[in-house]
Amino acid sequence: MSLDAAAAPADITATVATLFRRDSRKVLATLIRLLGDFDLAEEAMQDAFRAAVEQWPRDGIPANPVPWLVSAGRFKAIDGIRRRARFQAIDGDVATAVEAIPDSAARWDEGEEIADDPLRLIFTCCHPSLSADAQVALTLREISGLTTEEIARAFLAPPATLAQRIVRAKAKIRAARIPYKVPEARELGERLASVLRVIYLVFNEGYSASAGTSLTRADLSAEAIRLGRLVVELLPEREAMGLLALMLLQESRRGARTGSNGELITLEAQDRSLWNRAQIDEGLAWVELALAAEAPTVASSGTAATASRRDSALAARRRDAPAARFGPYALQAAIAAVHAGAASAEATDWAEIVGLYDVLVRLQPTPVVALNRAVAVAMRDGPAAGLPLIETLLADGQLQDYHLAHAARADICRRLGRHADARASYERALALARQEPERAFLAARLRDLPP
Amino acid sequence: MKYLCLVYLEDDKLHAIRDSECLAASERLHAEGRIVAAEALHPVHTATTLRLRDGTLTMTDGPFAETKEQLAGFYLFDAADLDEAVALAARIPPVRTGSIEIRPVRELDPTP
Repeated sequence: MSLDAAAAPADITATVATLFRRDSRKVLATLIRLLGDFDLAEEAMQDAFRAAVEQWPRDGIPANPVPWLVSAGRFKAIDGIRRRARFQAIDGDVATAVEAIPDSAARWDEGEEIADDPLRLIFTCCHPSLSADAQVALTLREISGLTTEEIARAFLAPPATLAQRIVRAKAKIRAARIPYKVPEARELGERLASVLRVIYLVFNEGYSASAGTSLTRADLSAEAIRLGRLVVELLPEREAMGLLALMLLQESRRGARTGSNGELITLEAQDRSLWNRAQIDEGLAWVELALAAEAPTVASSGTAATASRRDSALAARRRDAPAARFGPYALQAAIAAVHAGAASAEATDWAEIVGLYDVLVRLQPTPVVALNRAVAVAMRDGPAAGLPLIETLLADGQLQDYHLAHAARADICRRLGRHADARASYERALALARQEPERAFLAARLRDLPP
Repeated sequence: MKYLCLVYLEDDKLHAIRDSECLAASERLHAEGRIVAAEALHPVHTATTLRLRDGTLTMTDGPFAETKEQLAGFYLFDAADLDEAVALAARIPPVRTGSIEIRPVRELDPTP
């Protein structure tokens, strides 16, 4: 950014607004590290941007606005602590507390520390000692910068509930001293899994419900993809790439999966010309990297100097980490990629999909994965081959209350001409399904069955 | 920073792990200088619960609340942060048979 002291205030306000959108979370992440407190840092960040609006018209826009904002925020926070101390006329600990706040300005050349701050923030917000609900709320609040009201609306929860969830999580971070750091190599895999689970939860919240408040919900999926990109950029691990690919490939079908009246359209019946090509292409590229034989490398953004420093830091992290093989997200993305490459349901390489599910079942032996594999077998070998697999899974009991298991059995029975069995299973699925488009779809299938 | 790790076990698991193993584990942690205090407790039926109300001290037999899992022992650790406390608590043998609740110790506010 160029120094332009003559810039009109309106331009500067616009510049600050742009910076706020792009970099406020980065500034916040570094301030949390320096100040050691979420609320103090949030206030300091707001103050820093306010100071920019006041001072830049007079002094010009600094060459490096982000470090300027961090310094300003740190200064404002220290100032605030001193002022409060004078008001409350207490303890000499304030001097110690203020002194303990490191001076970031002196260390601005140490790009690595600062570059890692957003990653520290992500790992802290998704710390496994916080409840899953709190992890999601905190991630959207602190990393995405959504307001409490926006998060509440997206999750159809009362704002007061959301606010309390965030306040409690921050209190726990402070009291239990949840560290603000990137986990060490030996625990990185597990902790990254927690981060990716939060992101995928956000994505699915935006993806699975397409009725009613569809706009805010689609925004949630877009935000999850943005978070996925951020993690891949900071920590190019296979599973992070796998998740990003999976989200892009699922999102590419959004325009095709509901009809004009909001009704659900299954993968088989979708108009594939409506699939988003750009998202598919990007998703395919990430799948390839996630499954590559060699450890993946990604061109880092930022200046060449910080990029090379980051590369070596990442290389060190990976060297210490256990040999990272691809995981469940990369495999699910690979399955989505096979669908993306097929011109129609019939032209889909079902043998390839069953093969991928075989690997996924070993990695993630859950009944839902086994169900998806059974459906793929039915597509490859015909419904008669899939039915016994699904009935065994239902007999195991774990999927008894899962509407999609009954819907899958219903569909296979329908294709086999076993209409009474199909009817019973559609009815069971309908009784269990909660989302309106799914219910409408099942009701329609039930109506279309021959008596 | 201090963390109190409370060891909870179901009745039938109280002796699932031999004392000697617990002793060995706590000696290792002691040697590393991480333990402020650590003790095992007698079962809840030996507990006495005390209340002072309106100047009267009353005692009742048994624990404050009957729960499926009972408090069987505790460790007070010195750790830099929660991650470190978790790493230490994970070395308490009953983590395999019961559960361990990690509570950060609160500094009392001296202001009258």
